[in-house]
Amino acid sequence: MIIQNIFFWVLALAMVGAAIGVVRSQNVVHAALYLVVVMAGAAAQFILLGAEFVAWVQVIIYIGAVIILFLFGIMLTRAPMRGETSLDNDQRFPAAIVSLFLAGVLGTLLVQAFGKKEVVISGAKGEQLLHVGKAATLADSIFTTYVVPFEIVSLLLLAALVGAVVMARRD
Amino acid sequence: MILNQFLILAAILFCIGVYGVLARRNGVLVLMSVELMLNAVNINLIAFSAYLRSSAGDVFALFVITIAAAEVGVGLAIVLLIYRNLHSPDLDRVEQLKG
Repeated sequence: MIIQNIFFWVLALAMVGAAIGVVRSQNVVHAALYLVVVMAGAAAQFILLGAEFVAWVQVIIYIGAVIILFLFGIMLTRAPMRGETSLDNDQRFPAAIVSLFLAGVLGTLLVQAFGKKEVVISGAKGEQLLHVGKAATLADSIFTTYVVPFEIVSLLLLAALVGAVVMARRD
Repeated sequence: MILNQFLILAAILFCIGVYGVLARRNGVLVLMSVELMLNAVNINLIAFSAYLRSSAGDVFALFVITIAAAEVGVGLAIVLLIYRNLHSPDLDRVEQLKG
C-alpha cells in the first residue's frame, strides 16, 4: 500500500507539472511532448488501479496515434516555433480565475462526498483481489452488456474518418 | 489508496484543461487542452470502476478513448480548414459572425 502511494504521488506531481506545461508552454512542439508525459502518467495510474488493458490501449491510441496526429497538425498549420506571436489570447487572467473557482468547487464537493473511502486492489499478502480490469472480464462485458454501444462506436469512427477526409480535401 | 486522491488529481487536471481551452489562441493547443480534460475524466472512470468493483467504468473509459481519437481527427481537419482560409491557426481570427 505504501509503495503504491509513493508511486501515486510521484506520478501525480509529474502529471500536474506536465499539464501546466501543456497550457503554459510557448513552443507548440514542447506542449505536445508535455502531453505525452501526462498521458503516460495516466496510463501508469490505470495500472496502479488494476486496469491493465485500458492502460495499454491508452498507450497505443493516445501516445501512439493521437500525439502523431497532433504533430501532423502542428506541421500542416506551420505553427510558430518561437514566439513571434503569443500562443495565448488576452483572457489569461479570467481563465485562471474560472479554473481556480472550478477547482475549489470540485475539490470541496469530492472531499465532502467521498471523504476517506478506500480503493482496495490487493490483499494483505499482496494477492490481487480485483479482477475487473483484466482483459478477459472486460471482453466479457463489452461483447455482452455493451455490444450495441460498441457497434455504434465503430459507426461513429467511420463517420469521423469520412468527415475528416471530406473536410481536409483540397478542391 | 484513498479513492479521493485519484478523483482530486483528475479534478486538477480537468481544471488545467479548462484554463488551456479558455486561454490558448492556437487551435491545435486548444485541442490538446480538450484531450487533457478527456484524460482526467478517464482517470475518474477507472478509479470508480476499481472502487465499485464493476467493469462498466473500464468499458466507458475505452469508449471515451475511442471518441477522443475521432474528435481529434475531425478537430484537426477543422483547424486545417481555418488555417487554409485565414492563413493562421489562431482561433480569434474566426470572427465573421461577430456582431
